[in-house]
Amino acid sequence: MSNQKTDPDGLLSALAQVVPASRILQKSVQLAPYESDALTAFRARPIGVVLAETQEEVIEIVRLCHQYNVPFVARGSGTSLSGGSLPIAEGIVIALNRLNRVIRLDPDERIAVVEPGVVNLDVSKMATPHNLYYAPDPSSQLICTIGGNVAFNSGGAHCLKYGMTANHVLGIKAVLPDGEVVQLGGDSLEGVGPDLSGFFVGSEGLFGIALEVTLRLLPKPERYCTVLAAYDSLKAAGDAVAQVVASSLLPGAMEIMDALAIKAAEASVDAGYPQDAAALLIVELEGERVQVEAEFDHLLKVIHASGATEVREAADDEERARIWKGRKGAFSAVGRLSPDYIVQDGVVPRGRLGEALETIERLSKNYGLRVANVFHAGDGNLHPLILYDGREAGALHKAEELAGEILQLCIELGGSITGEHGVGVEKRAYMPDMFEQIDLDVMGKIQRSIDPLSLANRGKMLPPEYIPEGEAPALMMHGAHPLEKAGIISRE
Amino acid sequence: MEQITAATVREIQEAVRTHSGLLPKAGGTKNTLSTSANGTQSTLLNLSELSSIIDYQPDEYTFTALAATKVIEVEAALAKNEQYLPFEPPLAQRGATLGGTVAAGLSGSARYRYGGVRDFLLGLRFVDGNGELITGGGKVVKNAAGFDLPKLMVGSLGRFGILTEVTFKVFPAPRTFITLLLRYDSLAAGVDAVRKLTVAPYDIEALDLLPLDDGAQVEIRLGGIDKVLPERADRILQHLAVDPAQVGLRLHGNNDANHWQSVRNFEWARDEYLVKVPTTPAKIAALNEKLVAYSGTPRYCVGGNLTWVAWPNEIAILHQLLSDAGLPGLVIIGDNLGTVTDPMIGVRTGQYFAQRIKAALDPNERFYGGI
Repeated sequence: MSNQKTDPDGLLSALAQVVPASRILQKSVQLAPYESDALTAFRARPIGVVLAETQEEVIEIVRLCHQYNVPFVARGSGTSLSGGSLPIAEGIVIALNRLNRVIRLDPDERIAVVEPGVVNLDVSKMATPHNLYYAPDPSSQLICTIGGNVAFNSGGAHCLKYGMTANHVLGIKAVLPDGEVVQLGGDSLEGVGPDLSGFFVGSEGLFGIALEVTLRLLPKPERYCTVLAAYDSLKAAGDAVAQVVASSLLPGAMEIMDALAIKAAEASVDAGYPQDAAALLIVELEGERVQVEAEFDHLLKVIHASGATEVREAADDEERARIWKGRKGAFSAVGRLSPDYIVQDGVVPRGRLGEALETIERLSKNYGLRVANVFHAGDGNLHPLILYDGREAGALHKAEELAGEILQLCIELGGSITGEHGVGVEKRAYMPDMFEQIDLDVMGKIQRSIDPLSLANRGKMLPPEYIPEGEAPALMMHGAHPLEKAGIISRE
Repeated sequence: MEQITAATVREIQEAVRTHSGLLPKAGGTKNTLSTSANGTQSTLLNLSELSSIIDYQPDEYTFTALAATKVIEVEAALAKNEQYLPFEPPLAQRGATLGGTVAAGLSGSARYRYGGVRDFLLGLRFVDGNGELITGGGKVVKNAAGFDLPKLMVGSLGRFGILTEVTFKVFPAPRTFITLLLRYDSLAAGVDAVRKLTVAPYDIEALDLLPLDDGAQVEIRLGGIDKVLPERADRILQHLAVDPAQVGLRLHGNNDANHWQSVRNFEWARDEYLVKVPTTPAKIAALNEKLVAYSGTPRYCVGGNLTWVAWPNEIAILHQLLSDAGLPGLVIIGDNLGTVTDPMIGVRTGQYFAQRIKAALDPNERFYGGI
């Protein structure tokens, strides 16, 4: 730790030499949109927001932050569900949405090299004319950026078969917290030496800022075969997942929704779901037409034998889109049932899904809070939505407590506190439950070795005791994010 | 070189606390990685007794094993449940271990379909340079909590820590395989065919390219439900505008298995050295020209992303050749690297970052080799 004092005023005047004044936001009305991300329960007002437009600017800004010992938070579209881009009150936000050039799209080599502000879905759109796509599909893919996906190793509905962001990033050019620029990985699927780009992904901004990301593109699947099955209990749907897995099939997606989520989705997007079902299971196979169609026959036999009360095959793309519409809209739909909600994304071993859901149901009753479940069953990634009314005194606290119990449950069952949202500020208090002290110490040592001043995204992932002079962000009560209320983003 | 044996985690911790220049070794199939350069101090740490499958959950698609467990032992256990490690670690039949595969960062031709060792490693334990046993990652197929230490250890050659335990994701194995061997009259035509397939929506298990004296051979492995395999093969031939009657060979059953086993165990590589070179399809033509000029024998795997080079000359020459081409390399087999002091040859990137990590994990340089 340096003895050098933090000098925010010095930084702001130095920044003015690098970036035009119009792109340095300091007025409270300008700062307000940056006070929180999609985890709206946390807010902090930074001393300034710098809208960076070039890589050179980002590098220079980071170097100045280092020189003046002022912490910084990189931010794209601010869709983090774990408070990953929550500002630091004594620091600046480096906004990267304008750093959105596509450096190179090489369909022959199946790669795209993009800047961090490029939107996830735009990568696939750009690749579409070449029949390629970018596989990781977080629900916020309409607006979330690659920089944030890299920092938090974002997932989506297709992780079991295709993996998360880390599995699709080949190379990263990054500026480290001390201003040094490094190239990690490259264009090839393979590498020599430690997998440094893989290690950078998911480091939650603590290792600096990605300036250029080399993404792997995949050929678009030729055929999707999708089936929707209704069950009279959540357990029956969970058992069906186990049977599909045991049948040697490898579906691209397996999703479950419970009764509360089904009703909400139906009311909101009219997906035509069976209304009396206690649970719905969506299974989708994808790949080469001939193979997938043969596998689908096999899948249907398994589903029919699994005690489903109703089975619907998507006959065409339109029916498939309708099935997914209800699923993808479920979160915002559930959000409408309640003024506020918290969503968790803990993981349990697939075989213990039933047990986990039963416990969540019991906890829900004990706390007197409704919990809706919409989740990635294929990889055991739960998404309990805890509904509460923030206007009631103590309601947020109670919801947080219930969320904490669910995370403890995931750890006890041998899983993880987060499958795809990251730890951020939200779950860092649970890190000591998931990891031994010695494991956290090693993470802290690596973080300090790379960033001795703890400037880069200070206060995320690692528990507070690992942050020198850190200040825990205040937990404050707020409603949904404006974009969420407008139905543009959802918490999944 | 001094040699010590550690059969337990505690013994590894003890070795780390009392020795420096430690070089871990288990199967020893990649001998350059467990040998120190001429004249440097090191201690060989034999870990081969640290072997057993601790937990295998077929329904979860995961298993956990001690680091020196042999790949073939794991594969036999998985096969009983019709599952497999889809990246088919190289040198399995010669005795490669899980830990060695991770530390060397090696994947086989089958990595084409679903990804490599980095993509299937979920969690691990290792002894760091302070002798502490560290756990990283998790035991479930999806996890985003904490730094991704498993990825960091892939390819780290034991220079950040000694692996003691690894957890992998596995997949259901295809029921049947077939392989098409297609002849082309030039390497360029072969590269072209590979390119056509990599951007097409065919689910191919392995896609290799083998330069021949009079052209090249493209090797396409398909796996899945047996009754549709012939149709899938025909569609690929149609896509490549190849007359099915002209296809040199279709390998089925044992012929298919034996072919890929021989590729995987480098039975084709008869030169003094064997080197891994990460590539991209666009770099093959220029690289091949240089390699052939020095009598090197390459095999281009994983749709042109992974090149193996059997090399008969001094490694220093290949080091120079790769550096000029802007490529990295890893010498995995060879008796003496000569004037080269590190099996990592060619260009290196990210060292500034790696050195910071090394300083955190191995502050007293207990482990052999810089980073």
